[in-house]
Amino acid sequence: MLAARSRLPDLAAVTRVDEVGVAERVARFTSRSIKKESKVEALKMVLSMIDLTTLEGQDTPGKVRQLCQKAMHLHDRRPGLPHVAAVCVYPTLVAVAKRALGDSGIKVASVATAFPSGMAPRRVKIEETKIAVGEGADEIDMVISRGAFLAGDYAAVFDEIAAIKEAAQGAHLKVILETGELGSLDRVRRASVLAMHAGADFIKTSTGKVQPAATLPVTLVMLQAIRDYHAETGRMVGMKPAGGIANAKLAIHYLVMLKETLGNAWMTPDRFRFGASSLANDVLMQIEKQLTGRYQSADYFSRD
Amino acid sequence: MDRPARASALAFEGGWTYSPAPESTEHVRIDERYGLFIGGEFVRPAEGRYFPTLNPATEEPIAEVALATDPDVDRAVRAARAAFEGPWSRMKPIERGKYVYRLARLIQERSRELAVIESLDGGKPIRESRDIDIPLAAAHFFYYAGWADKLEYAFPGRRAAPLGVAGQVIPWNFPLLMLAWKIAPALACGNTVVLKPAETTPLTALKFAEAVQDAGLPPGVVNIVTGAGETGAALVNHPGVDKVAFTGSTEVGKIIQRSLAGTGKRYTLELGGKAANVVFADAAIDQAVEGIVNGIFFNQGHVCCAGSRLLVQESVAEEVIDKLKARMETLIVGDPLDKNTDIGAINSQAQLEKIRSYLEIGLAEGAEMHQSSCPVPERGWWCRPTLFTGVSQSNRIVQEEIFGPVLAIQTFRTEEEGLAKANNTPYGLSGGVWTDKGAKVFRMTRGIRAGVVWANTFNKFDPTAPFGGYKESGMGREGGLHGLDAYLDLDA
Repeated sequence: MLAARSRLPDLAAVTRVDEVGVAERVARFTSRSIKKESKVEALKMVLSMIDLTTLEGQDTPGKVRQLCQKAMHLHDRRPGLPHVAAVCVYPTLVAVAKRALGDSGIKVASVATAFPSGMAPRRVKIEETKIAVGEGADEIDMVISRGAFLAGDYAAVFDEIAAIKEAAQGAHLKVILETGELGSLDRVRRASVLAMHAGADFIKTSTGKVQPAATLPVTLVMLQAIRDYHAETGRMVGMKPAGGIANAKLAIHYLVMLKETLGNAWMTPDRFRFGASSLANDVLMQIEKQLTGRYQSADYFSRD
Repeated sequence: MDRPARASALAFEGGWTYSPAPESTEHVRIDERYGLFIGGEFVRPAEGRYFPTLNPATEEPIAEVALATDPDVDRAVRAARAAFEGPWSRMKPIERGKYVYRLARLIQERSRELAVIESLDGGKPIRESRDIDIPLAAAHFFYYAGWADKLEYAFPGRRAAPLGVAGQVIPWNFPLLMLAWKIAPALACGNTVVLKPAETTPLTALKFAEAVQDAGLPPGVVNIVTGAGETGAALVNHPGVDKVAFTGSTEVGKIIQRSLAGTGKRYTLELGGKAANVVFADAAIDQAVEGIVNGIFFNQGHVCCAGSRLLVQESVAEEVIDKLKARMETLIVGDPLDKNTDIGAINSQAQLEKIRSYLEIGLAEGAEMHQSSCPVPERGWWCRPTLFTGVSQSNRIVQEEIFGPVLAIQTFRTEEEGLAKANNTPYGLSGGVWTDKGAKVFRMTRGIRAGVVWANTFNKFDPTAPFGGYKESGMGREGGLHGLDAYLDLDA
């Protein structure tokens, strides 16, 4: 089945993107007014879609265990809240996270392929992917070789994604385009098409290490690429904006955009994720505000 | 090739839905009954008759307004004449400009109230009245206020003098905005005005009259008379009027033009349209789809420059139509005061009946009709976003202005064919072109015979840009430098 679609598509035939038009459409999403029950429902949905992330050189097993605890128990004082979708770490900490999360149902995502730059030989990237999966990663967040993509060597990028997909041995593959380095929405759209045809289960905006990270316009272009790919092949690819989504209001804008672009079938953690480290607490604060009518001090929410 | 269903298979209904988000109406003050605004005061109409203005979303009356008859119109024109010959035409232009600025600021200050009233009275979504109508109305006053003392620079080497009393008749689709288009340039150029708002949407004009009082304008510079077609005819035909400015249907425009023949009155007419929105295969398709939606569903399609004919290049026609249908499913039709409403109420029962008759005509002509599946409220006047495929140039729904959320879709193969179809209409108010190729943009925009042609966008308005029609879409221009010309007598 995969073989049938593993052909490099003609990227020159991919529809063009008009940045002014994209900005106008985004402005319509951000002017939606989400209040009352629909807001509480959205906030809970956001929590369930978070990939709680720590990707620092100074990460320790202790910090990862702490994060896993948070992932499972976001705010136990308020019953009925969901847990996050996944915890996202470096390959060396996958085993720690896997053990800490146990049978909670929370996935372990590992970045791989010389994250964040992707500047390593392909065999190293393949090996790294295999190690992460071997340690128990359920999901692999890979980066594309932006250098090759920008140079127009689409076949190399395509083959590499396909190779990592194979090395991931069934683990969910999220392909990071690092849109902040692509330079135009036209390229974002083409990179999305390329990644999906090469086998991506999710496409993801950013590593979080490059500015700008996720933006609403970039995410809209990727969602539209997902929609058209689905229309063409019937396969539903997921979307993960990552980096820069720090507050609940912005996260709700993303949900509005998701709902009005891809519809209900994508409104689930299986098809949409937020890559974020500080989003969860703001969402929790807003939930408390909605339910109690008052803002609570930030000290009532654990910082991990 | 067997292909899975396209984007139209996406599920938008149900799931997470938006809770009602009604705009507050607490800050809004509407009187039970309004008189005529003549000579700086609200006065009783001569015959003492009043008529209700209805909320099209509920069919409930909002307020009563006076019915102006011949003696009232005469009184208003006399008041305007007295003000013209008295203070207004003698005032230093810089002082006149200050008054116009003051009106601009008052519109801004009262924008929340005006936006709510515009939506209550006319049925348009609050998002549009709040973000488009009212800010643009203020912008027109600001823009023309700036010209008041600079007319000699607008027309170098020529002496510019005001015309006198302007009789102005405006439609119900953009009540306050059309008022601004008419009154701002007229006042800036030193004219006085008698304005008749449409009978279904008089309220923001009457609120504007209050602002005129608060701004301290000399009495009689601005007069507002309310009523229906007969009142408008009395105003247009009044011998004391020096200039007629009309926005409305081509049918009425022709009657006015006939009645003005030989009177020596100056006039500008901004009439109907049946604009072509031309989408080429190399366009940014997703943004073009958005532009098509804005072109025809903006303000329920009650837009004279609406892109009511879609001409799409055949190789992308299927994709565009599928995406359009999917996008239509996400349009929210309902309470105009809800901040999430995309399409509000049809302005009047008469207009709804007219739109429905065209839907029947389209079906009887053998066209295929598609409507979005959204629910609409039980009371009030509503029309779901609608498109017709399988139509040709000879279909009435392609030729005639429907003035509702109804799009007629045709395909074309070559650029020449697209252009020929775009121009094959008695109208020529606006047009749109969607392509990634710059050269094609220039060829098409030069080729389309219409007053405004947009490229890779649609329905964009700005006070600095002239607006007006070719052919049966009218004569004269409003907005920009050209808009001054319409209110001035220019000596060589």
